[in-house]
Amino acid sequence: MTLSISAKRRREWAEWLAGYAFLAPSFIILAVFTYFPVAYALGLSFFRWRIMRGEPTFNGLTNYELLLTSEDFWQAVGNTVYFAVGAIPTGMAVSLFIALLLNRPLRARTIYRTAFFLPTVTSMVAVSVVWMWIYHPDVGLMNYLLNLLHLPSIRWLNDPRWAMPALIILGVWKGLGYNVIIYLAGLQNIPQHLYEAAQIDGANRLQLFRHVTWPLLTPTTFLILIMAVINSFQSFTEFHVMTQGGPIGSTTVIVYYLYQQAFQQFNMGYGSALAIVLFLIILGLTLIQNKMLGSKVHYQ
Amino acid sequence: MIKRLESLSIHTLLAFGALAMVLPFAWMLSTSLKSQSEVFSYPPQWIPSELIWQNYARAWQAAPFARYFVNSIVIALAVTLGTLITGSLAAFAFARIRFPGRDALFALYLSSMMIPHQMTIIPSFLVLRNLGDLSPALGLDTYFALIAPFVASAFGIFLLRQSFLTLPNELEDAATLDGCGKLGFLWRIVIPLSRPALATLALFTFMGNWNSYLWPLIVTNSNDMRTVQIGLRYFVGQEGASQWGLLMSAAVFITFPVVIVYLFVQKQFVQGIAGTGIKQ
Repeated sequence: MTLSISAKRRREWAEWLAGYAFLAPSFIILAVFTYFPVAYALGLSFFRWRIMRGEPTFNGLTNYELLLTSEDFWQAVGNTVYFAVGAIPTGMAVSLFIALLLNRPLRARTIYRTAFFLPTVTSMVAVSVVWMWIYHPDVGLMNYLLNLLHLPSIRWLNDPRWAMPALIILGVWKGLGYNVIIYLAGLQNIPQHLYEAAQIDGANRLQLFRHVTWPLLTPTTFLILIMAVINSFQSFTEFHVMTQGGPIGSTTVIVYYLYQQAFQQFNMGYGSALAIVLFLIILGLTLIQNKMLGSKVHYQ
Repeated sequence: MIKRLESLSIHTLLAFGALAMVLPFAWMLSTSLKSQSEVFSYPPQWIPSELIWQNYARAWQAAPFARYFVNSIVIALAVTLGTLITGSLAAFAFARIRFPGRDALFALYLSSMMIPHQMTIIPSFLVLRNLGDLSPALGLDTYFALIAPFVASAFGIFLLRQSFLTLPNELEDAATLDGCGKLGFLWRIVIPLSRPALATLALFTFMGNWNSYLWPLIVTNSNDMRTVQIGLRYFVGQEGASQWGLLMSAAVFITFPVVIVYLFVQKQFVQGIAGTGIKQ
């Protein structure tokens, strides 16, 4: 009797051990490169440390104080918000429109989908180089199009007023296909019988959209909105390739500012404080959006 | 009649939109085949008067692109393989093994998805710098630095767990009766039955790493360790943004492999995004 109990316990232990052993590889990686770094970043944010010059010295909340009173930081926040506000609503409206057009049996549907999605799969560096060429101030394609419409040329990436709009146009173009696919998936989840019922009640197309499609699509819209806001607060590549934050800081977004501080000026403590603030901003946005999601979204 | 008119206007709108999406790629191809004098001709010409194929050879030799390609392929493949291995093991533990603390650990794993990559780059950089003091092969500017931080993905584990949970328990009982251990069951039965989820994860991991930029930019120093993306960025700096024919040629051969892969696995791509909201 005692023997069988100990055998049972041994089997249980073997099961536990297997569980931990199976988790070990992923846990080690996450511990070293995610969990520990979070704690390390928090700790570093209380130190002054220029990596090439000596050891870290504790300076309490000074980094946060410097950060929140720094004009550069607020300019970076402002630039990021400008980028997000410029790119997201336009991008979402256009992609919803395209998804509505594509959401029907259509000849050449796959060809259209391929075309819309092509920018999304290509690397941001490659398309940034292509768009630098399109925005060329003298012989660029964009100015050629403007001139065809009898509009004056713009110095796009060299003009502090136009560099951000140029990056917004690129952002809309690059992200469109992704949003179209999510919207199409959302549209296909709307049950056909709702449309039929509304049509029997004599609803016209605009009414169908306002009272059936749009409300039932709100979860999708919020999903896209959350992802788009988070992504725009994390954007870096196109800014590093195309403008290096310029001209005169007009395209220095938050992550670019972090990169400058930590990896060009080697202010590791200040950079860490910046990383913590970025995390809090993203977390806050996610929580706000989740809350709105809870109260305003229609589920079937 | 009205129906036909409607269909025509929809096609017109879509064709116009699709053209706008593809135009930059067409312009890239066109410029990549132009002579230096024609590149700067204005108004722009869409068809080069003479196709300068040498642009590709010159661009390929102007920077060590062969080395960049080898690096990118090695890194993306290693990360993909590593993610599949650690992911299958962890997902199996979460889905099919009972042990104390399992749910708390799963919550901890999920919480890591809330942490933006940009938040961990400074500490991860410092960790690798210190590891480099132990052994140069583990430090900055090595394959290790480019691969190790990414070989476990909480999102991937979540995705695989969902798939593993759908398998009936009877399968495991039968396998145990046949003398199959846990690892054997995972390898011989669970993995072959979860191929779609594994393929989705592999596809997005590979593409994401092939296109990744910020991390390789920070941890690479030497030309020997640069990936294609970083290499292209430095090529732009080196050419002083004037040799647009060469720059566009380089952009073409860096974009080309991904576009080919995309055209072949388009369906899995679209379904992966629509089903999970994955973003590279």
